Amino acid sequence: MKILSGSKALFAGVAVAVFAVGALYSCTATSSGNDNVLVGNAAAKVYVPPGKYDEYYAFFSGGFNGQMMVYGLPSGRLLKFISVFSQNPETGYGYNEETKPMLQTTYGFTPWDDTHHPELSQTDGVPDGRWLFINGNNTPRVARIDLKTFETTEILQIPNAAGGHASPFTTPNTKYIVSATRFSVPIPNADVPIDTYKQNFKGTLSFITADQPGKMDIAFQILMPGFNYDLGHAGKGPSDGWFFFTTYNSEQAFEKLEQNASQNDKDFIAAVNYRLAEQCVANGKAKTAPADYFHNVMDERSRVAHSERKSSVKMLNPKDCPGVVYYLPTPKSPHGVDIDPTGEYIVAGGKLATVIPVHSFSKMQKAIADKQFDGDAEGIPILKYNSTLAGEVQKPGLGPLHTEFDGKGNAYTSMFISSEIVKWKLGTWQVLDRMPVYYSVGHLMIPGGDSKKPWGKYLVSLNKITKDRYLPTGPELAQSAQLLDITGDKMKMLLDFPTIGEPHYAQAIPADLIKGNSLKFYKLSESTHPFVTRSEAEGGIRRQGRNVHINMIAIRSHFAPDNLEGVMVGDTVYFHVTNIEQDWDIVHGFGVLGAENAEVVVAPGETRTLRWIPKATGIYPFYCTDFCSALHQEMQGYVRVSAPGSNVALKANVSERAKSQSTRAQALPTHGHDVGEVGSGSR
Amino acid sequence: MMSGRSEVAVANLSSVPGGRSDNAPLAGADAAPVTRPVEAVSTRAPGRSRVMVLLAAVLLCGVFFLPLWNVRLTAPQYPEGLGMHIRINTVEGATENDLNNINNLNHYIGMKRIEPESIPELRYMPWIVAALVVTGIGAAAIGKRKALYGWTGGLLVVALVGLIDFWKWEYDYGHHLDNEHAVLKIPGMTYQPPLIGAKQLLNFRATSWPAWGGILAGIAIALAVAAVLLAWRQRKLALAQR
Repeated sequence: MKILSGSKALFAGVAVAVFAVGALYSCTATSSGNDNVLVGNAAAKVYVPPGKYDEYYAFFSGGFNGQMMVYGLPSGRLLKFISVFSQNPETGYGYNEETKPMLQTTYGFTPWDDTHHPELSQTDGVPDGRWLFINGNNTPRVARIDLKTFETTEILQIPNAAGGHASPFTTPNTKYIVSATRFSVPIPNADVPIDTYKQNFKGTLSFITADQPGKMDIAFQILMPGFNYDLGHAGKGPSDGWFFFTTYNSEQAFEKLEQNASQNDKDFIAAVNYRLAEQCVANGKAKTAPADYFHNVMDERSRVAHSERKSSVKMLNPKDCPGVVYYLPTPKSPHGVDIDPTGEYIVAGGKLATVIPVHSFSKMQKAIADKQFDGDAEGIPILKYNSTLAGEVQKPGLGPLHTEFDGKGNAYTSMFISSEIVKWKLGTWQVLDRMPVYYSVGHLMIPGGDSKKPWGKYLVSLNKITKDRYLPTGPELAQSAQLLDITGDKMKMLLDFPTIGEPHYAQAIPADLIKGNSLKFYKLSESTHPFVTRSEAEGGIRRQGRNVHINMIAIRSHFAPDNLEGVMVGDTVYFHVTNIEQDWDIVHGFGVLGAENAEVVVAPGETRTLRWIPKATGIYPFYCTDFCSALHQEMQGYVRVSAPGSNVALKANVSERAKSQSTRAQALPTHGHDVGEVGSGSR
Repeated sequence: MMSGRSEVAVANLSSVPGGRSDNAPLAGADAAPVTRPVEAVSTRAPGRSRVMVLLAAVLLCGVFFLPLWNVRLTAPQYPEGLGMHIRINTVEGATENDLNNINNLNHYIGMKRIEPESIPELRYMPWIVAALVVTGIGAAAIGKRKALYGWTGGLLVVALVGLIDFWKWEYDYGHHLDNEHAVLKIPGMTYQPPLIGAKQLLNFRATSWPAWGGILAGIAIALAVAAVLLAWRQRKLALAQR
């Protein structure tokens, strides 16, 4: 810290040395940190006895695995992986025919992304437990996860964008979630020389309607100067109606950003008056701009996803809507921008700054009224730094990134380089306490800590580097989360647990707001899946040209039919497996020899379809992959594959018992669906 | 109802405080000698007995709305339990799918599917109970001692036959297993749930208790029996005084 206190040259030039100092600092802190754990009653505070529930659900982004993880707090127990933007062979998400459309983008089938920021839906500025949103950073997308089923139900691609990082932060009633471009690109995208960046590259801020499930859409986009837009948060209380985004690379560098984007003393926070933007759009100030993007929705009743391709957006140029955006100068490549629970303070985390600057919303409004401008950036007024500044936290540590709040007037900021959490007081800007974390914290999270009403009991530090913290596992190591008790004057370290895929951010909410709504199974009687099989007697096999459709049920402990003949090499076989159980936690899986995709896992009441193309004659077994019952090992069957053109008749066995239970003819349900493409939609 | 007060009571009404008229013969027997012995041993039941029988008949109506019996199954795999409600006219799961899930599990041991349509008693029982309600009200209105005796007797017979029948069905389901299709065959093992109380059946603990409808029916029976005892004792006292 001493090294950095004076010289700015050190920031740019000796980044490696700074990092080393940070690491050294952390190393020396290790022993005191461990002592900390030993002296307290930390174990008792995180102990959740067998069979008891955790106090909070915590949702961790899966980072570069593209998924989401659900943990219980304070125990740190992993409860679930939620498949979002990446194929997941564990469940068949993105492999089975029903969910493939969820991963459709204008670039084609896009089975991977990089998830960064989970965001709980809010009512009046407080997390409400209805939905969770998360962004895909690589191919800009936002997803909705329904917290009744803990499943991804909707994905919207963000057009005119590259790198959806400042996303999917919500407005206080989840009218909108946002997505801003991390990478500026030509808009619309075009084949131009990269060194024409300044004239051709632009950023966009997208406002996405989010309060109607299944109906997410781009309400409007704001065309911005070609900076990098990093993070965002909505105002609340007095600042309700405004949205704040950090920008870096106001230098507009397009090569060697490590140095070239770290030149300016200050970059900006963009303050967006989105109510005014709404008005301007309503008054026809926005242009209808070409756009190309997909909207994918999982139908609640059929559990089949459909894709819709859209072709235009409302694009608002700030020049056509004066007063819609102002830039607040903010030191040194700010990363996080966090609004305190009262809505008055706008806290920035300058990655390379020596202070934590805090802007005042009321001062900002006065500065706008008084036209305290310091030039403009492509027509967007830049407010004078001192005209909006409420205060600066001096010597907070190295590498401030993100700030959350406990609702008691305190703020907590993560320090990446000095690897610590720093607690400070809003208003006095005094540092109150610091806690070393292991190592290099990115985001931190207090349940509701970015909302109007934080549940200020715990703080989670999401650390990037684990090094010697756990048993070594080769070159690739887990990341870590550390749980701190923040109820007292001094923070107490309680627990740390490994996380996978580099979770960036997490959100948490009291379990009581969610657990009572959790669905136990899908109602078979309400399924509208085109290939649902409701009873054993309805099972069967049918040929349509080279496609063979098999309607099959799974129930403890058998498939029906379980002997299939008449399939020929060259056929494409669709196993439509319906789990006809109507019981909690009775899940069946289906795997078949030689499948080139994955298994399918079928929840009770659900139908999932595995596409299978046998390449050689023979007998192929299939079996249940999810240990369902005492006779799970007996839950299996065979498909006979014959040579092309052979005269083996189509045959699907249905037991006498099943026949006797139903007088209905053994016939497949008739429906006018295009059977080869269960999940595909219009394009 | 009070107009149907027993004649003995009427005869002694003047000697006791109002509202305790049914006790009058007992209290008044010593105080005021019976002046009309021929009328003292009437065929009519005491008013209190008639009220009790009426109440019993009304309480019986509850079984049309509330389950008679609950059978609950818990196991390591079913901490939340599965349940069956035995109603006057059907057997249903405690939740929408419980009965189906119980039947699915029972296929392992070869137990028949529990299908309410295949239990004819469930079709008759509502009519029998309806008849009991109507005749109970009738008996209370008539007020004849023998009518009350008869009705209570009928009620007891129906209850007893009902319980025996319930037990028989439990026996039937628990013993007559389809050994050809059963996958889990344990020599000597039967799966009859208890009529009342708890019993371990493999991994399941089966508990069986009267539900609110059954409890109401039990109260109705107790009231009817009490009404009979009261009438019987009153008659006995009256005879003794003759």
